[in-house]
Amino acid sequence: MTGTTVSPPSPAATEPPAAGDAKDAGRVARVLRQVALRLGTALLVLFCTATVAFFLVRLSGDPVKTLLPPDATAQQEESLRAGLGLDRSLLSQYLHYLGGLPRFDFGDSLFYNQPVRTVLADRLPATLELAAGALVLTLLIAVPAGIVAAMRRGRPTDRGVMATVLLGQSTPPFWVGILLILLFAVTFQVLPASGYGTLAHLVLPAVTLAVYSVAVVARLLRSSLIDVLSSDHIRSARARGLGPVKTVLRHGLRNASLPVVTVVGLEVGSLLGGAILTERVFSWPGVGQLTVEAIANRDFPLVQATVLLFAATFVVVNLLVDLSYSLLDPRVRSSR
Amino acid sequence: MTDSTTNEATPTSARGTGAAGASRTGVLRSLLRNRLAVCALGFLVLAAAAAVLAPLIAPHDPAHQDLLVRLRPPAWQSGGSAEHLLGTDQLGRDLLARVLYGTRVSLLVGAGAALLAGLVGTVVGLSSGYLGGWLDRVLMRLADVQLAFPAILLALAIVGFLGSGLWYVILVLGFTGWVAYARVVRSEVLSLRTRDFVTEARAIGVTDATIMRRHLLPNVLAPLATIGTLHVATAIVAEASLSYLGLGVPKETVTWGGMLSDGQLYLGTAWWVAVFPGVALMLTSLAINITGDALRDVADPKAYRR
Repeated sequence: MTGTTVSPPSPAATEPPAAGDAKDAGRVARVLRQVALRLGTALLVLFCTATVAFFLVRLSGDPVKTLLPPDATAQQEESLRAGLGLDRSLLSQYLHYLGGLPRFDFGDSLFYNQPVRTVLADRLPATLELAAGALVLTLLIAVPAGIVAAMRRGRPTDRGVMATVLLGQSTPPFWVGILLILLFAVTFQVLPASGYGTLAHLVLPAVTLAVYSVAVVARLLRSSLIDVLSSDHIRSARARGLGPVKTVLRHGLRNASLPVVTVVGLEVGSLLGGAILTERVFSWPGVGQLTVEAIANRDFPLVQATVLLFAATFVVVNLLVDLSYSLLDPRVRSSR
Repeated sequence: MTDSTTNEATPTSARGTGAAGASRTGVLRSLLRNRLAVCALGFLVLAAAAAVLAPLIAPHDPAHQDLLVRLRPPAWQSGGSAEHLLGTDQLGRDLLARVLYGTRVSLLVGAGAALLAGLVGTVVGLSSGYLGGWLDRVLMRLADVQLAFPAILLALAIVGFLGSGLWYVILVLGFTGWVAYARVVRSEVLSLRTRDFVTEARAIGVTDATIMRRHLLPNVLAPLATIGTLHVATAIVAEASLSYLGLGVPKETVTWGGMLSDGQLYLGTAWWVAVFPGVALMLTSLAINITGDALRDVADPKAYRR
């Protein structure tokens, strides 16, 4: 993504600037500085996260005690500790851990006796499937709902949408999940309450995870569209005889999507939290469930890696959000 | 966001906080005109009363087990009795008593976390916005880092590794929720700091701390109240989530999240064990969100129904 936004003007930066290109070169330098600043911040965030995660898990005491049976001898404890590398100094462990990160080497899971990378790779597809399902539902439901509410502002349709949105935002995901299980798995017995594999298994978890994001996106899109719909270019489009629906789709939606995309980026944290809960409700074998287990098992390396994975997701999504501004809004492209 | 309100408040708040008092009754009157918000407020008053009076009004001890009446349905279903109005759980404990006691933890955590986060966020936002410079840059980078951490994950990790307990949960949710407050306060302060009443106060030698406390703080109270109210709901849901995952408040304490987690195991045979705490949780969160939205509409008419 980074490449695509920077590459168009970059030839000007590498070739000697022609007479009239000085201004261009200045702009390229500015863009490059922006990108460098963004990437630097992202790396700083990841570094801080990695450090906090490392020291946080080590404040809690000895994982060796939870791994061994209570009647284990001191010698058994020592040998396990040495085997896990926990007998070395904290600084040496920290440096070793940091050194592995660029190679995506997170060490071995204490609980699974496998490289953390392998354990994560096992669980990632399930979480991605859940996220994709929720994303599709969000777009399918929230975008039309937001458009309809904005176009019928103040009328019963709008009120209905907004009431539903408020309900969706106030309902914790695990409660949504439990209600759905009660309704569709227990009462009507049409969908499975837990498990993984088929499309039928995906329906309830995806709906559960989507409820909050549908509410957020529909609400934002509505208020953002209302702002846009009162602007001059919309009025002139209507005056030229363009129908209301075509006007919104052709001239309103693109402008209104900018604030929506921004906030969705910032909401990624809540969405990831929602994924943890959703996976727990439905025993979904994903990274969220793995994280909870890893914390309960005091599996240091695995906790460090999952925390870092969540933070990295947030950082990458927000980088993409920043870059998407220039795609959505030409003004950003030229002025910065 | 709230330009209109700060503009009106500015002239008087330069001399004191007289305007805040006057506009507060106005806020109350506008709130009362919103019927939905009145219902929500009424519900919250009831919930607070239930939390305070739980030992007096609960029909049973919430921890008392009676295995002879396990999983009894609510009174209006066949097999239910007036003895246990909302039925009993898998250990024969009275659900009405447990839902009432659960209110205590929820409201305590919600209010405690929102107050703590509000305090931290306000101090950070005021100093960041008013003093500016490197302090501002460091604090805002810190806010970025904090945001990148899903709050629930951080809370999970801290509670999971440092130990569970009511106060841990309040502290964790308080210290992870400050960013929203800090950002809003900072942006308000950035627009206020160049106003005449601030520059004049500085010119006559008023200290920075006094300017922040006497002249800036009163002007950011309106947005703070809105964020604070909405944050109470977030914190209540977060506590319930932690307890649902079994990593929040210890098992012996009655929480709605813990009850939901128990109840999920009996969904097939005894829906009421999960449904009543879930309804209580949802209604409380909904009532707080409605109140917060109404506060925002009143404080900032421009953002009407966002």
